[in-house]
Order: sequence, then structure tokens, then C-alpha cells
Amino acid sequence: MTTLTREESEALIQEVLEVYPEKARKDRAKHLMVNDKELESSKKCITSNRKSLPGVMTMRGCAYAGSKGVVWGPIKDVISISHGPIGCGQYSRAGRRAYYVGTTGVDTYGDMCFTSDFQEKDIVFGGDKKLAKLIEELEVLFPLSKGISIQSECPIGLIGDDIEAVAKKKAAEIEKPVVPVRCEGFRGVSQSLGHHIANDSVRDFILSNRDGQPFESTPYDVAILGDYNIGGDAWASRILLEEMGLRVVAQWSGDGTLAEMENTPNVKLNLLHCYRSMNYIARHMEEKYNIPWMEYNFFGPTKIAESLRAIAEHFDDTIKEGAERVIAKYQPMVDEIIAKFKPRLEGKKVMLYIGGLRPRHVVGAYEDLGMEVTGTGYEFAHNDDYDRTIKEMKDATLIYDDATGHELDEFAKALKPDLIGSGIKEKYCFHKMGFPFRQMHSWDYSGPYHGYDGFAVFARDMDMTVNNPCWTKLTPPWKKVVADELKKAA
Amino acid sequence: MAKLRQCAIYGKGGIGKSTTTQNLVAALAEAGKKVMIVGCDPKADSTRLILHSKAQTSVMQLAAEAGSVEDLELEDVMNIGFGGIKCVESGGPEPGVGCAGRGVITAINFLEEEGAYDEALDFVFYDVLGDVVCGGFAMPIRENKAQEIYIVCSGEMMAMYAANNIAKGIVKYANSGGVRLAGLICNSRKTDREDELIEALAARLGTQMIHFVPRDNAVQHAEIRRMTVIEYDPKHKQADEYRALARKIVDNKKFVIPTPLEMEQLEELLMEFGIMDAEDESIVGKTAAELAA
Repeated sequence: MTTLTREESEALIQEVLEVYPEKARKDRAKHLMVNDKELESSKKCITSNRKSLPGVMTMRGCAYAGSKGVVWGPIKDVISISHGPIGCGQYSRAGRRAYYVGTTGVDTYGDMCFTSDFQEKDIVFGGDKKLAKLIEELEVLFPLSKGISIQSECPIGLIGDDIEAVAKKKAAEIEKPVVPVRCEGFRGVSQSLGHHIANDSVRDFILSNRDGQPFESTPYDVAILGDYNIGGDAWASRILLEEMGLRVVAQWSGDGTLAEMENTPNVKLNLLHCYRSMNYIARHMEEKYNIPWMEYNFFGPTKIAESLRAIAEHFDDTIKEGAERVIAKYQPMVDEIIAKFKPRLEGKKVMLYIGGLRPRHVVGAYEDLGMEVTGTGYEFAHNDDYDRTIKEMKDATLIYDDATGHELDEFAKALKPDLIGSGIKEKYCFHKMGFPFRQMHSWDYSGPYHGYDGFAVFARDMDMTVNNPCWTKLTPPWKKVVADELKKAA
Repeated sequence: MAKLRQCAIYGKGGIGKSTTTQNLVAALAEAGKKVMIVGCDPKADSTRLILHSKAQTSVMQLAAEAGSVEDLELEDVMNIGFGGIKCVESGGPEPGVGCAGRGVITAINFLEEEGAYDEALDFVFYDVLGDVVCGGFAMPIRENKAQEIYIVCSGEMMAMYAANNIAKGIVKYANSGGVRLAGLICNSRKTDREDELIEALAARLGTQMIHFVPRDNAVQHAEIRRMTVIEYDPKHKQADEYRALARKIVDNKKFVIPTPLEMEQLEELLMEFGIMDAEDESIVGKTAAELAA
């Protein structure tokens, strides 16, 4: 447990940068900062959304991961084709735990893998004919699907296949949307561009499909954007909105359907959870349909209550009262959770390194449990994310963008956190270093973490990780020297 | 048994690479050499004069039918034509789809793995499409493939530009591997002082004009019968030209890393031979109306 002063944090960054060659050092220096809450904008102190350096261990994904894995994949009644060689499809299949209700293979397809399985001959002769045949076969095998998306892997862009033409022709034939998505992995610097490309393809091929058709509106219609229902997150969020009197028309895209997305232009307010992956479509709906949007945060009771009240501000007194009613209803449960877990977690330090939203959004939930986040960073955030992060983090804490393996190791050694929250690629490295660790992309096969129900699970998971007796059997690196000395003395 | 010599023929599109290669190879075969032609062009027209066929069924075409290239045997893709010449076409997609370059890479790898380059061969000739547009079409000149490059050109300006560009490509691979420029083959278009011009270009590139092939209708007469001149009319004087070329290639010892020209130098050379007029800087970027004013 260490809390660094501003000077110590700055010195740490310099020390970590030392091992790099000059050019890399200069570049990486721009991606690391010590927080200052007074700052208006992050522009002057951190650079983001830039190409990763060759030779370092970056944790980033690619545009295909952003489009297929994040945005399109969870839409449960749409079949997403991984168009290209087998690997991208197979290794992105069912791994994200975006839960859904339905009968897989009959009316929902979330956990399945559809791929055109490119062979050498498809590269040489082009894959358009194979794609057309694949779509025909899908229509025979899965007639209840509501639409198809074509997720381009790298070779599609390299050989210039005309997937747009195939999509257009087949959409007319099967009378369902067939959406070509140009999310080739080599585009952009991370998965972030894939989110944008996916948002744009939803805008162009889905969003206005039901414009002008009758829709039974209520004054309380909202849509949840940017909740992928990891471990049931969207469900734990939806019930709160419904209990306060709102009608949730659509979930984008966890446990979501094509019809929900097509109906979204009718809502009164768009509620945006993951800003990074869906702000594009929210902004578009604001421009085209005049639908306001707002960000909210359903991690931890403090942020949930703040968010419920802020959402209610957009509606009449019925909803405002509803928000208060919901907050009051769950207060005893919150008190009970905090009474049970806060004494066990109070004062514990957390270091985070996650994707594009959680590095700032989960800070409040940890604080509700008396824990403190001493370092946080994003794989693929942009500067608007860092602007928001500065406000959430305490002064003098570390903020790192597209952190390298070396940087994470060294920061962990210096910050000596009681818990590290990051992804599967980091997990076992930190386990070996003796750090209690939670996966904060997949909730470590647990969840939900959103909403009040999620907070109960979150608090339990953090406790059972931090206070797991196994960690007493390991010696963390900074105590190792002492342990060795003691051994010698004995 | 001499060591197998692998040669690649490059040159501007339409210059007569395939015709020249096949006539040359026919002359080599006539002289008792064991030769193989590998066509590296999706059009698959590098072996038609040897096989008397329209277009040979290509490696990639057969691979697509069989499922993958691993399903093929060497005898499926190799045909034997005039003079025992072994013929293979890499093949590739129709214009505008897929990746022709990958087709060349796949086909050549297949030939190597299947042992097509056996010890009984004296020569392999790669007949490569127009320009080295991407990595695939540079495949024949990568390490352990063709060691000798012949560029077919004529006294026309664009043909010489292309020859110079190809020389630049060779420099890149020459430095990392053993590939060398072995000479320019002038396929005459009957332009003025053509032989002198190509000899001058060859000198600037550090190489030689290995042979001047005059223009003769006998080539076309043979071609409409899908034959080489060597086979169609062996007594014709044009057949002797190809025999002369073949002999010079057999005896060739001059393999160099080329010294490609800068654009200005090349244009100076063209101006010297009256192919290009001196540039008038005062008219650059001026519209017709502006010039009239």
C-alpha cells in the first residue's frame, strides 16, 4: 500500500521511461501523466489514440474486434459473418459473455461462429461468390434470423472484394438487411476505429429502416446505448429504469434485437453507458432525429443514485419521484453490502488498466467500498475520455494511455496495489507477481456489475479476491528481499 | 550436367515478352536443352505457342477445383510441349477480382515443394506480367528463384521507362539476394536508330543489349497457328534470330547489379535520340486558352 506524492509519481514515470531508446521514450512520455484535477482539458498532458510502438507489448485489439466483438456481435437475432480466414471468427466466438435470452441456433445466434473460412483460392480468385453462397445457406439453415452483417477481416480489404455489391444483391433476395462492414483489422490504431465503423454501418443500413412506420410512443421511452450485457449488466440496469417509470425501447447491443435498434429513433432520450463505443450513433440520432443523449454510470450506489436523478431531470415529476423511490428502495440493500464488505476492503488500493470506459466508470464503485484507485489507464481511449477521467481520479494518481507490459509491471511494483483490475492478458503475469487480480473486461466470469444487483456481486468479488487466503502463501516482489534476509538470518 | 539456370523475363505490357520467351525457349530446346516455362500472368498465355493450346489449365484453376493447392500433384499442372518443353501456368483471377500476386506466390511455392525444378533441367524461364506491381510479381526474383533477369524492350519511350523501373526493382532484390540483370532483349518496333538507342540505354544501366530481334511477319504467321517460328518454319531467317538469342543466353556471362537512371538522365537520353522534345517549362500548367492569350 503506497500513495505517491505528485513528485514521486513524476519521478516514477521518468524512471519507467528510462529503459526505452530515445525515440520511444519521447513518444511514450506523452502517454503518461500524473493527474491534476484542476486541469480543464487533457490535451496538454496526455496523448491518445495514436499508433502503438513496435517492440512493446501493447494490449490493444483491432478494428474487427471493435466491430464484430463489441458492437455487432451481441445483437442476438442478427447473424454476423466473420468474412475471411477462420481464426478471427473462431477466437472471437462467445468470449465476451454478452448474455442474451433466446434459443441459440434457432432465433438467436450470439454464441455461434459464422465464417467464410477463406482458403488460398479465395484470396486469389476473390471471395464474393463464396460470400453470396454463404448468405444463401444461412437463409436456409437459419430462416428466423432478422438480418446479416458481414464483418471484414484483413484480406477482404487487401484483395478489394466488393462485399457491398454482394450485400445489396442478397438483401434484395432474402428481404432482410445485409450489412457490409469494412472493419478490416489493419485499419486504425486499435479497436476504437472498429466501434466507429460499426456505428456508421448501423447508421447507414439499420437505423432509419422503420422511419415513417407507426410506433406506439409513450413520453417515457428511452434506449440504453453502449451496454453489452456482460454477465447480465444490461438487465441489472434495465430494471432500475423500468422501476422508476421509464420504458426501455432498445438495448444496444447486449441482448438487443434488430427491431429494437430500428425503433430507437422514436425514443425521447438516449442513455449512453459506454461512451467510447457508441457516442457516434448517439450524436447522429441527436442530429437527425433531435433525440438528446446523456452519459450515465451504473457502477456503485453513489454513481447510480447520481445517474438516476440526472436521468429523471429529463422527465416529469412522476419519473423524478420514481427515481427517488428506486434509490430509497435499494438503500437498505446498499447499506447491508457496505456494512459487510467495507470493513474488509477499507483503505485498499486498486490499479486499473481496461478498455475505453471502465477505467473511469468503476472508480466510484471502489470508493463506495472505501477503496482507492491509485492508477488507471485505457487501451484505446481518446482525449474526450481522458477529460472525463481527470475529474474522477484523485490528484497525483497515475494515468497511462496504451500502457506497455513494461510500464504496467513497473507501475504495479511502485504503487504496490492491493488489487489489480485488467484483462486476461495481464491476469497471470500479475498473479505470478503476487497481486490479487480481477478481470475487468469479462468480470472474471462473474457479473453483473451494473446496477444495485451488480454492486452486490462486485463487492463480493472484490472481497473474495483481495482477502483470498492464497495471497498469504505468495511473497510479493517488494517483500521478497526481506523474506530472503529473514531466511538467511534463520 | 550444368547447374540449373533460372531466368525471368520482364518488360512493359504488350512488348512481346511471351512471344519472345516461347520462341527463345523453342530454340533452346531445339539445341538440346531441357527447359521449363513458368507463366506468371493470370491471362495464362505464356505457353500456348509451345502447347498449341488456347490457354493451359493453370495451377490456381486446378487448385480451386480440387479444393486447395495441397491436393494437386505435379503431373496435374505440368504439360509437355514442343521439344519436350515443360509448361506450367500459375494462373489467377479474372481482371478486377481477387489477388493475382498471391496466385503467383502460391503456384511457385507449389512447384518448389513438388520438386518441379529437378536436376535434369538446364533452364527455367519465368514469364512475368507487365510491371512488378506488388510483392507477388516480384516472387520470381526473390532469393533462390531466378538469378538472371532479361528485360524485353523496344525503342519506344514507355518501353524504356518500364525497363528502367524494372531495373530499379532488381537493385532492391540484388542487394539482398543473388539476382542480376543479364541483358536487354530489343524486340524491334522499327523506330529510328533503335539498336543504338537500346545499346546506349543498356550501357547506362551497366548491362548489354544481348540481342536485337528484328520485326518480321513470320512471328505473326506462326502465332495464328499457335506455334513458334522455330517449329512452324525452322528455315525462316527469323528462326535464326531466336537461335542467335538462345546461343547468346547460353554463353552469357555478364550478370550485373544494374545502375538505373534518374528520370532526368533517362529523358536526356531520349532527347539525344530525338524521341522526346526538350521540355518547355513556360507551358507547364497553362490551359489552351492561356497559351492563346
